[in-house]
Amino acid sequence: MKDLLNGWGLTAATFLPLVGLAVMMLIPKAEETLHKVVALVTSLAVFAIGVALIATFDYDKTGNLQFVVDKKWIQLINSRYIVGLDGISLPLLALTVFIVPLVVIYSWNHFPEPNNPKAFLALILLLETGMVGSFVAQDLILFFVFFEIVLLPMYFMIGVWGGEQRQYAAIKFFLYTLFGSALMIVSILATYSLSPKINIDGHLVHTFDMRLLSTWAGGGLARTTGILVFGGFFMGFGIKVPMFPFHTWLPDAHTQAPTQGSVILAAVLLKLGTYGFVRIAIPIFPQAAKSWAPAIGILAVIGIIYGALGCLAQTDMKRLIAFSSVAHMGFVMLGIATLTPFGINAAIFGMVAHGLITGMLFFIAGSVKDRFHTLEIKRLGGLLIQAPHMGWLLGLACMASLGLPGLAGFWGEFPAILSSYSPAAGLSLPLFRTFMVVAAIGTILAAGYLLWLLQRVAFGTPTEEFADEHIHDMHLTDYIAWVPMVVMILVLGFYPNLIFRVTDGAVIHSLAGVTKLGG
Amino acid sequence: MTSLLFAQLGTPHRIQTPSVAWSGLLPVLVLLGGAVVLMVVGALLPRRSRHSWHLWLTLLIAAGSIGCAVPLWFRVRDHGPLSILRDAVRVDGLALFLGIVIVVGVMLAALLTDGYLRREELEGPEPYVLLMLSATGGLLMASANDLIVMFLGLEILSLAVYVLAGLHVRRLRSGEAAMKYFVLGGFSSAFFLYGIALAYGATGSTNLTDIQRFLATNTLTNNGLLLASFALLLVGFGFKVAAAPFHSWAPDVYEGSPSPVVSFMASAVKAAAFAGLIRVFVYAFALDRHDWQPIVYVVAVLTLLVGSVLAVVQTNVKRMLAYSSINHAGFVLVGVQAASDRGVRSALFYLATYTFMVAGSFGVVTIVGRRGDNRHQLDDYKGLARTEPLLAFAFLVFLLAQAGVPFTSGLWAKFYVIGAAVEARSFWLALVAMLSTVISAFLYLRIVLAMYGGADEADEAAPAVPRLRIPFAARIALVVSVVATIGFGLVPGPLTHASKTAVPKIAAGK
Repeated sequence: MKDLLNGWGLTAATFLPLVGLAVMMLIPKAEETLHKVVALVTSLAVFAIGVALIATFDYDKTGNLQFVVDKKWIQLINSRYIVGLDGISLPLLALTVFIVPLVVIYSWNHFPEPNNPKAFLALILLLETGMVGSFVAQDLILFFVFFEIVLLPMYFMIGVWGGEQRQYAAIKFFLYTLFGSALMIVSILATYSLSPKINIDGHLVHTFDMRLLSTWAGGGLARTTGILVFGGFFMGFGIKVPMFPFHTWLPDAHTQAPTQGSVILAAVLLKLGTYGFVRIAIPIFPQAAKSWAPAIGILAVIGIIYGALGCLAQTDMKRLIAFSSVAHMGFVMLGIATLTPFGINAAIFGMVAHGLITGMLFFIAGSVKDRFHTLEIKRLGGLLIQAPHMGWLLGLACMASLGLPGLAGFWGEFPAILSSYSPAAGLSLPLFRTFMVVAAIGTILAAGYLLWLLQRVAFGTPTEEFADEHIHDMHLTDYIAWVPMVVMILVLGFYPNLIFRVTDGAVIHSLAGVTKLGG
Repeated sequence: MTSLLFAQLGTPHRIQTPSVAWSGLLPVLVLLGGAVVLMVVGALLPRRSRHSWHLWLTLLIAAGSIGCAVPLWFRVRDHGPLSILRDAVRVDGLALFLGIVIVVGVMLAALLTDGYLRREELEGPEPYVLLMLSATGGLLMASANDLIVMFLGLEILSLAVYVLAGLHVRRLRSGEAAMKYFVLGGFSSAFFLYGIALAYGATGSTNLTDIQRFLATNTLTNNGLLLASFALLLVGFGFKVAAAPFHSWAPDVYEGSPSPVVSFMASAVKAAAFAGLIRVFVYAFALDRHDWQPIVYVVAVLTLLVGSVLAVVQTNVKRMLAYSSINHAGFVLVGVQAASDRGVRSALFYLATYTFMVAGSFGVVTIVGRRGDNRHQLDDYKGLARTEPLLAFAFLVFLLAQAGVPFTSGLWAKFYVIGAAVEARSFWLALVAMLSTVISAFLYLRIVLAMYGGADEADEAAPAVPRLRIPFAARIALVVSVVATIGFGLVPGPLTHASKTAVPKIAAGK
């Protein structure tokens, strides 16, 4: 079993969704139930592989890549098929394989217009391949391919199944992200041609191998060159996160996307950006990362405050949650900007927590929309009366999102703020302490907008418009899809070490370059 | 009487004719002979028949030409390039690689032409003959090692395409396109010829090998003549590949010409012109690359930006694709600008993969254009995904490939080009190229969204249009193009390897 997982585990987890997709292509469109079953079985199988991987993962060596496969791929440019899992990838992989089956289950009876479950579920499976692949790839080109694949299904999801402004939102989403990728590919190629040559089969060649590049860590590189190359990565990942001022695609995409799309977008896609910083940009260019850190920190805290203020101004529930994503990802980026193990551990925790909590919020928002056909906060009210279970869950998700201790959100935010008290050696102490204060104010604002949302939507009595309408509380599929998320939010809230224990070793390993630089 | 004449003239000298290694020219000869045979046989066959005789004969001849090229390819790979006709023609990897690309372009265009001619009631052998003649010129250009031969090739190539552009006799725009193409094309040929003259003046030869040798062994005290010839030659090539600022004909001509012919223009004609450009600039003028690289750099930037920015404001799909093909020419120029083995290799890879994408795209355009070849507005594509899901899927593949999305050959094409530019330290050019991709992605997405998204309201309002007819031959072309585009996207190795093998040895030392 262990051997099989070692050789094939990650590859299977990555490509199994494509197999499911191929099977679905052979089934006629009219067989809707069969499509749902195939998609569910596939995603559950991937989940099972994920569980098996997590169970056999060696937790004493989280800093080492495990289950590594290293095969020839495109020999000519020496790009290899390298996949591997370490403590940084593991939580995100787990999050992905966990969320996708839940989304499929939620979809069971809630297909947005124009229906067509075959295409919709096929896109979700394609997304899963891209997401899982991005988190396990250890070769820059391989990573880039997966990173890009994710774009397309999401684009179609928004553009075909989205709301009224779907075309605008879809194109905006695609172009923004493609813009970042375009700069990133130049940086990837620059990294390739700047890196020292290695000996493969007697030939001296450059490499895209992230492991080797991290060991090289930009040694001997001119300062400006490093800063420019990092800039390309910064654009690619920063847009995906999204960081202020590149966040404007996010509210549109989220508002227009179907519920399932929003959930996947919030839960996993945004993490690709932050993951990219932690996995690629910082380990390979530690020196440049130090030069960039203050700028990243500033943008992060602007994002925190701006996102929060944006939330207070929103009249649409989904848009509000989207802006809260900007704020929360600001905390994650602040943790990353400190370049300390503490901060980055917090950032990874923040990614997972945000994925669960905001995913949950989007699920609920989608269900509210299903029942009331509007998300305008003014027109809603008294959810606790009409649909008590849903209202109660909304309350829980809001509490978790504002960082209540005991729930998962707390462990992403609080350590991130704390870590900026003492950033990595060489970074300006006063500046980061200012960030700390500003970010702390951000948490107060977060409490403000989330409680306000809860108060307006869940408390009080139903508005006249919907007072006499019978509103169905949660469906069976809702329970199946949401309960696991709630459980995870609680479990991680009570026992955060579940993740910190996994990430810590890997983070220290990946920050080796920064640590070596010293002051 | 005769003896008297001999006495007057003296004994006749035997004229020294160069020995000709005909085998090296076989791909060209097969195509040329085939064109002539088809013209004769075409006169005997009925113009209209249920069986597409002309098409199948064309495919057979083209396949024969490729069949002759393949053994040559291995011969050249193992024993080095063949020099024929006193080094006026050089059969090397580059010539054969792009030669095969051109012939594939002919095959795809021919497959599209058949259904088009039937639909428009223009049946006859002439288009096929012209396609093959034009390709003959292209092949000659790709293997020319002498500027005069290259000019001959260019003219053979162009003249046939001028006529092809005006193929649709009952369509006014078709005639207009042909006229425009002809006048501007003639103009650019004149520039090219003048460039040859100046190059001859500066170096004392029109043979590329001699020019290269001359420039390697001599230093010009005054290189004004040479620089002027660079400029003029570049104008000539720039026109053929539709590089800015010599691109302005392209959208009009593409819009007016019959769609299958456009697929040929955008694939084979470009490939031939780039073959010439690479031979002349990257190899013959290799040592002066610091003089011409900046010019090509600027031309490439302009081409990339014009092709992407102006494409965005179009509403006619054919014009959009015309601008996007300008953008793609810019990408190939980026590879050329690198002036390295890697750059040439990436340009070859780009041209090979682009041939399938563009032939496929214009194949879809041909079909959606319906009778009269006039329905090319974005609105005509609305809801295509529901009425013709497979056709829409094929177009999706081609458009995404042009945008450079993973799992399509387009990604690798762009990747190699950018890689070559970065290696040559042209970082800014690489950035501009990638940004132009983002801009033109917008345009591809507009088409995609029209096909997949916006059919709701139009659906009820639109009058019932008859189903699109997709001819069998066009289906083959589309399937082949989709398979090639996705296939090279998944397994780029073989084509990459071939493009590596194709790069001539002369570059190795530089």
